[in-house]
Amino acid sequence: MRPRPNFPRKRNAAHRVLYVAAGVFAVLICMGADGSWLKHVPEKDRQRVNPYAGQPAAIQAGSRVFADHCAKCHGADALGLDKRPNLRSDRVQHAADGEIAWLLKNGSLAAGMPSWSELPEPTRWQVIAYVKSLGPSAGPQNPATPPKEETR
Amino acid sequence: MTGKFDLTWSWRATEGMLLVRRFLAGLFCLSAVAVCAPHQTAAQEPPYFVAYSHALEEPDNLEVAMKTTTATPQYGNRFNSGTLEIEYGAKGWLTTELYLSGQTTSNDSTLFTGFRFENRFRPLLREHFINPVLYVEYEDTNFADRSLLEITGHATASDYTVPNAIGHPQVERSIETKLILSSNVRGWNLSENFIAEKALNEHEAWEFGYALGVSRPLSLVASAKSCVLCRENFAAGLELYGGLGDANGFGWHATSQYLGPTLAFTIRKGPTLMFSPNVGLNDNSLGVIYRFKVSYEFQQFFRDLHKAVR
Repeated sequence: MRPRPNFPRKRNAAHRVLYVAAGVFAVLICMGADGSWLKHVPEKDRQRVNPYAGQPAAIQAGSRVFADHCAKCHGADALGLDKRPNLRSDRVQHAADGEIAWLLKNGSLAAGMPSWSELPEPTRWQVIAYVKSLGPSAGPQNPATPPKEETR
Repeated sequence: MTGKFDLTWSWRATEGMLLVRRFLAGLFCLSAVAVCAPHQTAAQEPPYFVAYSHALEEPDNLEVAMKTTTATPQYGNRFNSGTLEIEYGAKGWLTTELYLSGQTTSNDSTLFTGFRFENRFRPLLREHFINPVLYVEYEDTNFADRSLLEITGHATASDYTVPNAIGHPQVERSIETKLILSSNVRGWNLSENFIAEKALNEHEAWEFGYALGVSRPLSLVASAKSCVLCRENFAAGLELYGGLGDANGFGWHATSQYLGPTLAFTIRKGPTLMFSPNVGLNDNSLGVIYRFKVSYEFQQFFRDLHKAVR
């Protein structure tokens, strides 16, 4: 009884498929975690203006949404928790509202930031109004060079 | 022969009761944890029972949900099915979920009907006009299952009149795949699911189904003051789903179809409650299916658990 000649070929083919899948997967991961989400923001998104900027009622509403959905990772004071980004860093506070809106909508899935597209857009603008109202923080948690996580 | 059958049936019924009691005890414990947990919050997902949107669980979050389905077949007994869902956000682009199902049928018995294990992947890491999600599920359920988590093939109302003693021993192991397409446009969510299912332990053809959903929060703006019954805490929608036959006969013929409104109410720092009456659209369908769901979300569950253990 000779062994069936097509066994090794099948196994090689399966391995090739696995290697290709792993390669595609790795590329996807690298694309998502290249640490420069700001560079990917399209110009038209960057130019968008927050309709709720500076409005006390919207800031108050944004603080409630922030407490419900964001504080667990970014901290109640938005200074970041467990290597999660500090939202009062210069980088975030000086980012355009449109850039933050783009990040909230798209997330940075490979880096762990979920997409918040399920939240209605006006609600997301309210959250941005709140985060911007906090202003930059002083002290060691707002370093001049943001930690790697922050750039994601 | 009859005596032997009765003995077997009663043993199975007892075994089923024991499993259901354990299942309910587990559910009670999870609910107690949920109520005592300091960081529970409402999930931000469209109010669908059958359709899936591209909303995945946030990374490291754990959602625990209990879903019930109640219906009365025209020539059968009323049944109540309960499914415990444990959903975990493994990555931003990957959600994994375990379902445990049981049911009780009037004038019959109560039993555990099987489990499902599913994974959802987002192949595109950005938000697009249409967002695809790939869904792969392994099912190990018996024919007494009444969870109706999806409708595929030629499933009809008469399938739900089979006595538990006959349906329970017949186990089907299958692979179910879904292509989920979903869009968020101006506060509306539109979701389209295409389902393909293949039994692994039986010589059955691929079976197909679909689910469509549209929903919207009642308010797109959060209010400044904390409130319970304000519009932002409600979401409403509509679901349409049913079978599309199988590889030997694709189409609407001899399939069941359902349509129903859905309503979700989110309690801030509490659970989300959902309700939906689904109406059967043809003679093959059940008359009305009542669905109810309660869910809790534990934010950063395993991070906190890891901290607590350390």
